[in-house]
Formats: sequence, C-alpha cells, structure tokens
Amino acid sequence: MLADRDRVFTNLYGEHDWHLAGARARGDWDGTREVILKGRDWIVNECKESGLRGRGGAGFPTGLKWSFMPKTSDRPCYLVVNADESEPGTCKDRDILRWEPHKLLEGCLLAGVGMGVSATYIYIRGEFYNEAQHLQVAIDEAYAAGLLGKNACGSGYDMDLYLHRGAGAYICGEETGLLESLEGRKGQPRLKPPFPAAVGLYGCPSTVNNVETIAVSTAVLKRGAAWFSSIGRPRNTGTKIFCISGHVEQPCNVEEAMSIPMKELIERHAGGVRGGWDNLLAVIPGGSSTPVLPKEICDTVLMDFDSLVAQKSGLGTAALIVMDKSTDIVRAIARLSKFYKHESCGQCTPCREGLGWVWRVVERMVDGDATVAEIDTLQEMTTEIEGHTICALADGAVWPVQGLIRHFRPELERRIAEYRAAAPREAAE
Amino acid sequence: MSEPVSGPPFEQPADFEFTAENLERAKAHIAKYPPGRQASAVLPLLDLAQRQSGGWLPRAAMDRVAAILDMAPIRVYEVSTFYTMFNLRPVGRYLLQACTTTPCWLRGSEAVVAACKRKLGIGIGETTADGLFTLIEVECLGGCVNAPILQVNDDFYEDLDGAATERLLDALKSGTVPPKGSATGRGGSAPFKGKTALTEPPDAAVAAGWTRNPPGAEKQGEKEDAG
Repeated sequence: MLADRDRVFTNLYGEHDWHLAGARARGDWDGTREVILKGRDWIVNECKESGLRGRGGAGFPTGLKWSFMPKTSDRPCYLVVNADESEPGTCKDRDILRWEPHKLLEGCLLAGVGMGVSATYIYIRGEFYNEAQHLQVAIDEAYAAGLLGKNACGSGYDMDLYLHRGAGAYICGEETGLLESLEGRKGQPRLKPPFPAAVGLYGCPSTVNNVETIAVSTAVLKRGAAWFSSIGRPRNTGTKIFCISGHVEQPCNVEEAMSIPMKELIERHAGGVRGGWDNLLAVIPGGSSTPVLPKEICDTVLMDFDSLVAQKSGLGTAALIVMDKSTDIVRAIARLSKFYKHESCGQCTPCREGLGWVWRVVERMVDGDATVAEIDTLQEMTTEIEGHTICALADGAVWPVQGLIRHFRPELERRIAEYRAAAPREAAE
Repeated sequence: MSEPVSGPPFEQPADFEFTAENLERAKAHIAKYPPGRQASAVLPLLDLAQRQSGGWLPRAAMDRVAAILDMAPIRVYEVSTFYTMFNLRPVGRYLLQACTTTPCWLRGSEAVVAACKRKLGIGIGETTADGLFTLIEVECLGGCVNAPILQVNDDFYEDLDGAATERLLDALKSGTVPPKGSATGRGGSAPFKGKTALTEPPDAAVAAGWTRNPPGAEKQGEKEDAG
C-alpha cells in the first residue's frame, strides 16, 4: 500500500485549508522558483524520465507531449488545462479543483516554463460552479502574492493564467473540441493533424493537459523522477487517484500506487464489494468508455495501462464502476449508450447516426426483444463506427458495447430466448 | 444537444440590457482573451445573461451578447443550443437536475427521480404550477463516488436516497436552502466509515523535495548529465 508520505494530494478529502496559506503549509509553492531556475530542458527531461503518462484517459507520455512544443515561436504559446471532467465514473479532478487548487496552479506555472508558454487557460466544466469559485479565489491569491503573472515567483518568467467555464458538453473534454469551445464556438472536434502543438488555441502552438497530470507534475519535479518512477511498474509509474463508485461498501476517491491489484484496491479502500467479493459481477475499470471486465479477470488484474490493455480494456481515467450480481448488466451498458448518443456533437455521420442506432438496439436487448443474429450485426456495426470519425468519442461509445458482447453474450442470448419463448409471434423474424 | 424544456407558452422579452454590475463582469471576462478574440467570452457572457434573466436565456439576451462580442447572432444561437446548461425556456426558481447515468443509477438515482416526481407532482421536463421547481434529467455530473446526485441550481446534493431527497425538497419549499454536499455528512469523497489513507498529517518538507534539501540536488545534477 502507498505510504502517506508518498501521496501527492494531501488534501484530497478537503480536511485542510485550501487557500494559499494552507496550501503553503503543505508544501505547495515551496521551491517553485528553484525548479523554474533549473530551466526548460531540465523540466521536460525530468518529466520524461519519471515515466508520467497523461491522467486524462489516453495515457500519452507527458514529457514527450511537452517536448513537442516549438523551442522558438513568433506566436504566443498556450497551455490549456482540461478540467472538463465528465467521463461517467470519474470525479478525481473535482477534488483537486476544489481542495488542491494551488497544486494545480503551481503545476501550470512549472509546466508552462517547460513549454515556454505565455498564458494558461483552465477550461472547467460549467456544472463545477463551486469548484470554479475555489479555483478563481486561488488564482486571485496567487496573483496577489506574486506567484503568477509578471516575474512569477521572482523567477523572471511571465505567465498569465485564466479560468474559463464551460456550459455542459462532454465533447469539450476532447482536446480539440475544448479548443473550439474556448474560442467561442460549438465544441466540435477538429481534424488532426495539425496537432495542437503546431496549430492549437487561436492557431498558436498549444498543449492540452488533464488537471491531475499538471497537478501531479509538481511532485515529479520537486521530488524527482527517480522517486516517481520507483512507484508502480515500468511504463506504469507513479501515484494515481482512483475513483471507486457503484456497488461497494464505501465509494470513495483514493490516491494509490499505479499497478495496485484491482481486488486489493477495492477491498482495502472501498470496503469491498457489497455482499463480498464473490458477489461481484463485473467492473468497468477506467471510466465508462473502457470495456467492462467480468469477475474472473477482476480477481487478478492490476490497475495500470498495460495490464488493462492486455485484457482488452483500459486504465482510462482510473474510475472503477463496480457492479454486483444484482446488476442488470445489459441495462447498465444501455444507459452508457444513451449517454454517448446524447453527447455526440453531431459532426460525423457514423457517430451521430450510429450511436443512436446502437442505443436503440442495446435498449431492445435489455428486454431480449431482438434476435441472436442481431448480436453479430451489432458487433459488426460497432467496428464500422470505431475509427471512422474525427475524434474518439465514437470509439469510446462502442467499446462498452463490445465489452458487453465479449463477456456477456450468453446473458444476451438468454434474454432473447426468454423473450421469444414468452412472445413467439412478435419475436419472429 | 440542449433540449427545450416543455411547458406552457411563454413570452420572449422585447429587449435585454446587462446591469451595470454585469457589464463590468462581462468586460472582465472579455479581457481574459487576446485582442480580436472576444468571441471566446460567449459562454461566460451567456451565463451572465441567463443568471440575470432568472435562470433562462431569452432571445434578446443572445442578440445583446452577439452585439457586444461583434458576433453574428446565428453564431451565438449555435452556441446556446449546443450547450446543455443554457435554458431556452423559463425554468422554476429551483432547477432540479437529476443525474441518471450509470454510476448514479447503480446507487439509486431512480429513487431520487421518483421522489421528485411524487413530491412535486411533475414529470421530467416539467415545471410546478407555482413556478418553484423544474425537474430535468442530466448526464454525468462528475461526482460519481458521491452518487446519486441531484444538482439544484449551482449546488450538488450528494449521497441521496428517496427520503433524503424528500427532506431536501421540503426544505426548499419552505424557503430554506440546505447546505450542499453529502446527505450523510461525510467529508467530500472520503469513505463513509473512516479514512484508509491520509491518516498522517501532511509534511511540507517531504512535498518540497530536493528544493529544500541541497544534497538531493546533487543527485538531480547527475541525472541531468545522464540525460
């Protein structure tokens, strides 16, 4: 188990003062100038060596991403922090925004130096009204103390930081959808390439990073890459905030070591599965778009990028949605299909039309009002949607359905058989 | 994406003007963005306009925002109809936003919605006759370990069940707004029955790492050479 001294987010539960004075007493904004004076290359290199991978879902190596920013630019460069947390199951950034805002701001400055940016925008989802209030107060405190703005922390480096509230759209968590929204338009993702590091916000070089990635990078830079990479496994290093929701005794957020076994994580911190481990049906391991895993995989799987990919799922945002044996698994996935149908931006036909189709079919399969052949049609249709759209929303929308078919096909077939037995004429093809 | 809340016919006000205070706020928002990029302020300005208009966004307010930001009105309409938090019809004083996405559903969001319907005698998308409550269903609010959640205007009410929802509605009816957060009184996202982490006090010296500890800086120097 991760020791408290290795936990980065010491105010994860909001027990301490989140204002500047309290944050300073926990070590935030301490040594910031020393890190900045190490220089841009040192910061990026340290981040690379730590093995830190993006905490927003895709797991792209953070130091590498930072290194894509141009070394010299005649245009301004921007850091954009993605605080549009809305992947079902995920509520980790919320705790950072409301109770560790200064860790995030300090991270913005350090990452900003690493990328040579002149301004940072934090895009927070509109529903996080109270979280945005905390963050704005923290920004004002940091400016008043000379930590942000001109000559930030007395380092000679200038960086402005602004908070921008969204207004309710899951798609704005997609980095180019976010940029579109930040420019004052509908959040419809852009084709890539060009990637944001070349053409991003206002056509300028930009990097979009998740809240947790930026906040945890303060610890990477101050405590060192060697410390960070000593936690977890190679390629899966560091600490991670896990969100454990659903049918557990004690739903909670907790910062743990990467690569902790799923069973240990749930039993140690979430009080175990409701009714005991043997009452477990399945777990969605990394937010709603990662395919569901049945109990036999959950028994042994590790919570990290590589282990979950090996099981054809993913770490995603590390949000576990736990379902016990009382769960109607088909309905649980059908509700996710409804979510993605609702959140499609409507730009690409396979997503706009396909996700509605997928939802209607899965919804019928809740009652078994389908044919066995339709399961194969559904599977085929998901592969036609996947990879054929501008952004990854449609991919994330069909993966849960693919996971359902992969692991619960007998349950789908059982329902179809029961429905047909009860109403043979209506169910006839 | 934004679906108009159904209800009786309503009147669009003929014009809209920001109050002096809100105009100052609007200017502060516009100042966050580079010159010529004032369209970036469309979301914050529409939000201000909606708050000033009692929780919904009249057409005249959208036009005013378009004029202030030098945008074509259609570009503002595109935005206001795309984002779910803009209400294009009048809503009740308390906008009840029940999350029913899978994590909330697993923890009993159906009981929360049922309590709202039973207590208020309205369905999803409807407003009570006294204009106090509008009930809508929303997608994931991002507080899943505190599910189920009912958002009332700006505030999250968490860890609800049917009875707690009824108590909340009773309080709102009687004119008091209960404190937001968990109905169980737990602190944020910590486990109900006591913490399994963060039991030791924070140590600032540990968090500051090598920056407070010169010998550690030598090690960093070695690493720099290796890199």
